[in-house]
This record gives sequence, C-alpha cells and structure tokens, in this order.
Amino acid sequence: MTVSHSERQQATTRALAEHGAAPGALLPVLHAIQDALGYIPDDALDSIAAHLNLSRADVHGVISFYHDFKHAPPARRVLRLCRAEACQSMGGAALEAALRQRLGLGPDENVSGDGIALEAAYCFGACACAPNAMLDGELHGRLDLETLEALARGVAEVEP
Amino acid sequence: MSVITVYVPGDAGALAVGAEAVAKAIIREAQARGVAIKLVRNGSRGMYWLEPLVEVEVAGRRHAYGPVRARDVASLFEANFHNAAKHPLALGATDALDWLRNQERLTFQRVGVTDPLSLDDYLAHDGFAGLRAALAMAPTDIIKAVTDSGLRGRGGAAFPAGIKWKTVAEAAGTHKYIVCNADEGDSGTFADRMLMEGDPLMLIEGMSIAALAVGASHGYVYIRSEYPHAERAMRTAIEVATAGGYLGADILGSGRAFTLEVRRGAGAYICGEETSLLESIEGKRGQIRFKPPLPAHKGLFGQPTVVNNVLTLATVPVILAKGAQFYGEYGRGRSRGTQPFQLAGNVKHGGLIEKAFGLTLAELIFDWGGGSASGRAVRTAQVGGPLGAYLPPAHFDTPLDYESFTARKAMLGHGGVVVFDDSVDMAVMARFAMEFCAVESCGKCTPCRIGSVRGRELIEHIMAGREVARNLATLRELCDTMISASLCALGGMAPFPVLSALEHFPDDFVRAGRDAA
Ligand SMILES: Cc1cc2nc3c(=O)[nH]c(=O)nc-3n(C[C@H](O)[C@H](O)[C@H](O)COP(=O)(O)O)c2cc1C
Ligand code: SF4
Ligand code: FES
Repeated sequence: MTVSHSERQQATTRALAEHGAAPGALLPVLHAIQDALGYIPDDALDSIAAHLNLSRADVHGVISFYHDFKHAPPARRVLRLCRAEACQSMGGAALEAALRQRLGLGPDENVSGDGIALEAAYCFGACACAPNAMLDGELHGRLDLETLEALARGVAEVEP
Repeated sequence: MSVITVYVPGDAGALAVGAEAVAKAIIREAQARGVAIKLVRNGSRGMYWLEPLVEVEVAGRRHAYGPVRARDVASLFEANFHNAAKHPLALGATDALDWLRNQERLTFQRVGVTDPLSLDDYLAHDGFAGLRAALAMAPTDIIKAVTDSGLRGRGGAAFPAGIKWKTVAEAAGTHKYIVCNADEGDSGTFADRMLMEGDPLMLIEGMSIAALAVGASHGYVYIRSEYPHAERAMRTAIEVATAGGYLGADILGSGRAFTLEVRRGAGAYICGEETSLLESIEGKRGQIRFKPPLPAHKGLFGQPTVVNNVLTLATVPVILAKGAQFYGEYGRGRSRGTQPFQLAGNVKHGGLIEKAFGLTLAELIFDWGGGSASGRAVRTAQVGGPLGAYLPPAHFDTPLDYESFTARKAMLGHGGVVVFDDSVDMAVMARFAMEFCAVESCGKCTPCRIGSVRGRELIEHIMAGREVARNLATLRELCDTMISASLCALGGMAPFPVLSALEHFPDDFVRAGRDAA
C-alpha cells in the first residue's frame, strides 16, 4: 500500500482545517491523518508543527509516545491480539503461539509473508468473552485457533 | 397487524460474539416471512455467556433467547419466538431471570433496557430527572447531596466525589472544566464501556449536573481508542442531547451553558491517570504531572477541573433524582451505594453485576459466576486490574468493599474481578505485571522505567532456576523501591500483583528452580 504525495498532503491539510483550531488539537489532528492514511507520514510533521505553533520535535515526541500512531503504512491486515490478564486466563498466550506457528512467524517477526501483521493489545473491554482480538477495527471474542486463523487470513465470514 | 419489538444488543462485547450477524438474520427472516418487526439495538444486559441475547417484547413483557447464532434465527421464527413461544434457546421472561432479579441496578438501571440513543426512551425511563432537580437547586446543595450520598470515585482511588467538586467550586479560575475519565485501561473491566454504549445519555446528564455544581461551561469525555463503539455512541448521544436542549448555550431554558466534546486516546494505559489524561487532552505526551497542584486547583489548561470516572459521573443522576439518603442506604461501612462489579476471565458466567458493596468475592465467583469456565478448580482471582493483587481462595471470604480489600493488601479499584483456574502459573503472571509496567511506563521516573524492566529480568532468572534465593531477595528489594519511590501508582502498584503472587503462591517460583536443579 503506497500513498501518493498529494494524498498525504490532502489528508494533512484536511485534518488541520477540521481540528487544527481546537485547544489541544494535536491528538485529534494526528488521529484524523491516521484515520485517512493508516499512518502519520514523516513529511506531514512540518506542516503540523507550523500550523499548531509547535516544534517538529514536539510533534515527533507526541507521535512516538503513543502506541497507536504509526510511522509507516500498515500491513494488509492488522490483527490485534489481547494479551491482558482475562484473555490470558482463557488461554490467550497459547492461542497466540499456535497462530504464530500457523502463519509461519518467527519469534521476532510480526508480519507474515502474505501481509498479516500481529500486534499486541491490552484489553478491549470484552473480558467476559475472552480470548479476544480485533481485526481491522472489528472485535472478535471467544476465539479458538481455527476461527482466529480464518480471521487472520480473511478466508471466511466467521460466526462463533 | 401490530409491530413486534425485537432487541439485539449493539454492545461491543455482544458484537464480538456475533450480534451483528444475528441482527441481520432477524431482519432477513422477518421480511421473508412477512412479520412486521421493529429492531432495537440495546445495550447488553451484562450476561455475556448468553450473548448474543435476543429479546422480544410481547404484551409489554420481554422474553429472552440466547445465546443465539445467526443460524438459529430461522428456527426461532419457525417456533414463533416473536410471540414468546418455546424454543431450546428460550430463557423465559427477562425480568424473571435470577441474574437480573437479584441485582441492585441503579447506575445500570437502563442499560440493556432502552434504546441507548433515543431521547424519548431515556425520558420515558426517568431520564433527566436528576438534571431537572439540579437545575432547581443551588450549587452548594447539589454538592451537599453528592457528599451526603457517600459516593466515592469509581475509577480506582475511591476519593469522595463531593469533596472534589467542592474544591473545584471554590477554586478561582477563568474557566472550569468537567473531564470524564473513560480510559478504562484495566484488564477485566468493562462497565464504563457498557455504560457509554448502553446508556450514554446518563453520563451526559451526570456531567451536566457536575457542571452546574462547580460552574463549568465545557467538558471532555476522554475515551480510549480500543473503544470505537463507545466513542461513536457518545458522539451521537452528545448530538441527540444538544438537539434536545439538554446541552448547549441554554440548558432547558435555564440560562446555564454546558457543552461537551469527545477526545480519543491513543493507546497509552498511563493516560488513565488523571494528570496524564489532562496532558493528553492538551495535546502532549501523556506524562504524569507533579502534584500539587491538584487538578481541582490547576487542571486542564491550568484551570480548576473535575476529573471523574464514567461510573462516578453516571451515578450522580440517581442521587439527584432519588436523594442522597436513598443512594447512601445501600452499601457497607464507608463504601456507600452500589458498585457495578465486572466478572471475567476463566469463569462460567461472566458479566456485569451491580450490587451494593459488601457481597463476598466467593459469592461473586461461585454463586454468580458458577465457578471456572474450564470446570477445573479456581486457583486465584485478580481484583482491581493489572495493579491489583492476586487473591488465593483462602481470601475469597473478603467482602467487596474498599476497606476490606485494603486490609488484605489488595484493592477493589474499578471493581473488575478476573478468575484463573489451577492451570495458571503465577510466576508467569508476576512476570507479566512487570512487563506491562515496562510497556506502559510514561518514563518520567527511574524506579518505574528501569525497575519494571529489571523486575521482569529477575523473574525470568527465577523461572529459569538461576540463583533463585538471591534473585527472589533482589526482587523483593526492587518491589520495595518501586512502591516507595515511584511518582505515580503505575510504578508504585505494579509490585502488588508480584508480591501477592510471591506471598500466596511461592511454590510457582521455586518449582522452576527445582526443575532446573
Ligand atoms: C496508572 C493509572 C491508571 C489509571 N487508569 C484509570 C482509568 O482507566 N480510568 C479511571 O477512571 N481512572 C483511572 N485512574 C485513576 C485516576 O487517576 C483518577 O483517580 C480518577 O480518574 C478520578 O476519578 P474518580 O474519583 O471518579 O474515580 C488511573 C490511575 C493510575 C495511577
Ligand atoms: S511511576 Fe511510571 S508511569 Fe508513573 S510517573 Fe513514574 S515512570 Fe511515569
Ligand atoms: S483482557 Fe482481553 S479483552 Fe479485556
């Protein structure tokens, strides 16, 4: 997934126009850009900084502080697995290990050959239906390995 | 032909287990059969093992079916479920279900009952009665009612809400703000989410009452990014309330102004701590501020600010509508009122249980929860989120109230209980507590930033059987340092799950050493 220069510019201009005037505008601006592009491109930093009267280092410092903000375009599919306690109590860690094996991911690898990225998350607030994962923004609960793999690969409309 | 009302939750937890597919199947099947239905996407009743829970209203009474899968829908219609007929998934009249009948739902009175985004439905179920009462009262009397009710902050620290409001009311500032902490980062907690999705107008009402009490004109709801459904519900509810005249420049013709805005977090647990949260709304890195000054004196943009949890604010309308005495009569000792407990993890019947403070952990886990989901023995429960202690079964007689938990070196926190069966390895859970602290540390102070990484290493050595006795001693010292020298409760409390695991489950730590020897 590549995003052209003009798309990047457009997203940044629009985010600044819509959110730039609010007090404490930086997070809403960054979210709007990431919602549009999937990440915060480096070449957006100068215009954000100039518009909000911040230094480029300030903006960079905020982007790097928060786990959500991405520096590069996301993988084709992003599967966020919950690692927090309630999901662990229902076998979340073993499930993650088994899925990694199915996807052929090494211990330090997070993106599979066919573009599936695994990310860690800490609780989606669905702890009574553990274990849980979020795929491209959709929440899925009471997961087993088959369902999880089907979700990751996008092969099936899954119904638990 | 009369239209039949069918309820399928739009709650994120219900959606996670297939509620959307069920809703679609119901619409499809009703059309194919020429049955006129009105589909309402309610909040969840909090019986997650029965989700997706479908309800149908017949002659003014609701009947429940669950857990329903999309492929069950045809057979439900076949059996004439839309006339409350028998079916293997039928649970009977909803209000007769023990789980709901035995609760004391005040904060959650409408969740699962009403259409969350319908102003008419809200009003038909006593909505805005608290705000109307507050509009007729002097600010000091509103604060007195909240103080007299005994309501304490539901976000974890249990600070009396009325005292905080009084401080803000008396503080000098050009503006004052109401900030709702909807960051709900603790594992095993989901009541804030359920309330925002299931009855968002109640939170708005509570925030408006807070604004009247302290003289604030603007408020923020800071919602974590893991909660997209709650964020959508809150944004829409703010529009609905504004259009109805309950928010805006002139609330219900009173001449009082209050506006509300939603802000989305960005995946940082520490932003649930109130000063980090304020930094985040200001557009900065979510690092802890030194206290004093308190946010009540110098909070958001340097102005006096009320920061309260979702449940704290959403409970205020009940107090104003029914009186401080009514609310304060529930509870035990200094823990007044009710708490929406959240039961999750390895438990048969997980979900939301709102009860007066004082039932025991054992009652919650076994009577309500039905024991473990796996059928194995329950070994421990972590109460109060990732910074809360792991309690052994010998402590399950602890009453669920703030003081009883403190007396056992534990904390009730936000009321989340996560159950584990006997397959749990407590060394792994202790390691996780340190790892989580390392991932989420804001980096401002050394005991937390460095200590958590070091703590994780030490537990790893212990698990591998390397110099177990010496590393255990060092781990305890490290925990002491983190507790006494951290700037905030992330570093200051992350040792509690570790120390509780060491105290109650020592074998899990030495076992690894013996295995290796
Ligand atoms: C690390 C940390 C995380 C916290 N997370 C939350 C949270 O997610 N939600 C919340 O309401 N309070 C959280 N708190 C507590 C807040 O700092 C603060 O006490 C609370 O928002 C006050 O509201 P209340 O008095 O209504 O509980 C957290 C505190 C700490 C130290
Ligand atoms: S204890 Fe941790 S989170 Fe809290 S201020 Fe120190 S470094 Fe930041
Ligand atoms: S712990 Fe996984 S969803 Fe809450």
